[in-house]
Amino acid sequence: MSKALSKVKLPYLLLLPGFLFLFTFFILPILNLAQTSTQTPTAGGDTGEYEQTFRFANYIDAFIENREQFARSFIFAICATLLALAIAYPLAYAIAFKAGRFKNILLVLIIAPFFTSFLLRTVAWKQILGEEGFVVPPLRTFGIIGESTTLTSTSFAVVIGMTYNFLPFMTLPLYASLERIDPRTMEASGDLYANGITTFRRVTLPLSMPGVVAGTLLTFIPAAGDYVNAAILGNPNSKMLGNVIESRYFRIVDYPTAAALSFTLMAAILILVTLYIRKAGTEELV
Amino acid sequence: MVDVSSATRGDLRLTRITKTYGDFTAVDDLSLTIPEGSFFALLGPSGCGKTTTLRMIAGLEEPTVGSIHLGTTDITTKRPYQRPINTVFQNYALFPHLTIFENIAFGLRRRGIKNVDADVNKVLDLVELPHLAQRKPTQLSGGQQQRIALARAIVNRPALLLLDEPLGALDLKLRRQMQIELKWIQREVGLTFVHVTHDQEEAMTMADTIAVMNEGGIEQMGSPADLYDNPKTAFVANFLGQSNLIKGRIEGTDGDNLVLDLYGQKISMPKSRSHAVDNSIFAGIRPEKFRISLVGTPTRGNVLTGGHIEEVSYIGVSTQYQVAMPWGQELMVFEQNDDGVPPFDKGDQVLICWEPNFTFALRGDEDAEAGTEVAPDDFDEDE
Repeated sequence: MSKALSKVKLPYLLLLPGFLFLFTFFILPILNLAQTSTQTPTAGGDTGEYEQTFRFANYIDAFIENREQFARSFIFAICATLLALAIAYPLAYAIAFKAGRFKNILLVLIIAPFFTSFLLRTVAWKQILGEEGFVVPPLRTFGIIGESTTLTSTSFAVVIGMTYNFLPFMTLPLYASLERIDPRTMEASGDLYANGITTFRRVTLPLSMPGVVAGTLLTFIPAAGDYVNAAILGNPNSKMLGNVIESRYFRIVDYPTAAALSFTLMAAILILVTLYIRKAGTEELV
Repeated sequence: MVDVSSATRGDLRLTRITKTYGDFTAVDDLSLTIPEGSFFALLGPSGCGKTTTLRMIAGLEEPTVGSIHLGTTDITTKRPYQRPINTVFQNYALFPHLTIFENIAFGLRRRGIKNVDADVNKVLDLVELPHLAQRKPTQLSGGQQQRIALARAIVNRPALLLLDEPLGALDLKLRRQMQIELKWIQREVGLTFVHVTHDQEEAMTMADTIAVMNEGGIEQMGSPADLYDNPKTAFVANFLGQSNLIKGRIEGTDGDNLVLDLYGQKISMPKSRSHAVDNSIFAGIRPEKFRISLVGTPTRGNVLTGGHIEEVSYIGVSTQYQVAMPWGQELMVFEQNDDGVPPFDKGDQVLICWEPNFTFALRGDEDAEAGTEVAPDDFDEDE
């Protein structure tokens, strides 16, 4: 091989493993899923036997049948995202600007939960919010919740669980963008007659928008498709779309409906995210 | 919110200011009055407390002890946004998410001024960058950003404009140009400028009055010419330009002059230029005030004999000589190259002479090396 030729080919050779991986484990499964989503049961076949009939009405049937879970997925995901943002922003702000020499320790503490299994941490919330936990008894004592009210197996618990599980994904991008802000721009704002609140509104918040956008996306997207939190912390009336897809696949063995729901969810998330990024105008930010 | 137009104006007075951080004293019992309308420079090496002083004036730090008055108003504990004072920050600190126009309008808008166009356009004209109004700061060169930072501050017509090493990030040529422009703008707008710098040349070019700071206090304050011609301490003598400091004794007086003994040689100098407290002194002479002549040629004024040329460096406009004296000291002499060729060679036996009036005298117990170890341009940007 001549030297010039190898120089042209080299980048493609280097890209090859990545392409192969994506093709095998992303493109093929997606195509397979698309194929499955328009199948119908084979006449007279066993449970789980389907044939390709290009029945696009599968999508409409699946959506109408599960529109409640659909809406719930997005409402829960939005609630969890907003809650996570409300908790993570002050946290990231404090780490970026006020933590001093404790900065690195605090960052490690944010990542530390990842050393334990996601499932285990979610189950732990069952204990925390349970009858014997340290949340319910004090709330009962002060009359904030009634004697018969429980926190486990509620929509509230699902949202709290998701907020907790996705908090690091919100905090880290927020921290990264806050940390990049030159504190002197905030001083300059104060110098130019802006008080603390105005400085936050006019300088700090706009400059941290890339982090807000990244953090909310990293939280919202997995939260909308989540089923673990609803399965462990929820009840039959707080099921999300993820739970439906899970049971269609593994319990009812209704592959076409599960595949159609998966695609609908992906499309809905994609549309929402596109609208959101347009609105947030990240490309305007430095 | 501050209504700057009716806000207090007048001299800025710092009264017995001390600022400590734990065990470290950044500013030590400093008192200072900056007259309204002046171009005032705080000059000193890294860590001398000049930036801390500036930040206390801006309200970004609070003094541990002492008070700050603007005119008759005590502003010691006022928040930055409550002071009619604006700052040009060292790295400009422009708002990267706003256009140049909005950067400049920021202060006006915060004060609730509705129609900002005329004011903003006026300062954009003043800094000669009206065509950049709709750009973002990152699209500007360093020099342009510097001017916008200045425009953003002066558009508010503050009682006091603080400049924190404003030219530190610019290259030498641009810095020279901006020095002249800043001075011009100060005259044009008639505001009080307080300029913090470690660059003695910059301070001397621009300021009416310079306060030389060292170790949290003011060493000496005066006009650039005063400080240069008649420094009171070895630190000032060495930090502003170069000085030859020769150890000696006061032998007696002769009318308005003092007679000094420098290693057995007698010279004279005006009494008024001595800052000595007893007979022990350092006689100071700036290198360019010395004249060299070959042994045997007629001389005038003060003369030191017994030297020979140790080193010659030709630097175009002048030639620098190091003259080794019999007592082991090497004196620095700058000779203007009026006549072309360097007239002295290494090893020539020479006399050094100078006008007695150019001599200054410092206390004999001073550290003759104070202020020399660090070349002003080598400092860190931050304190």
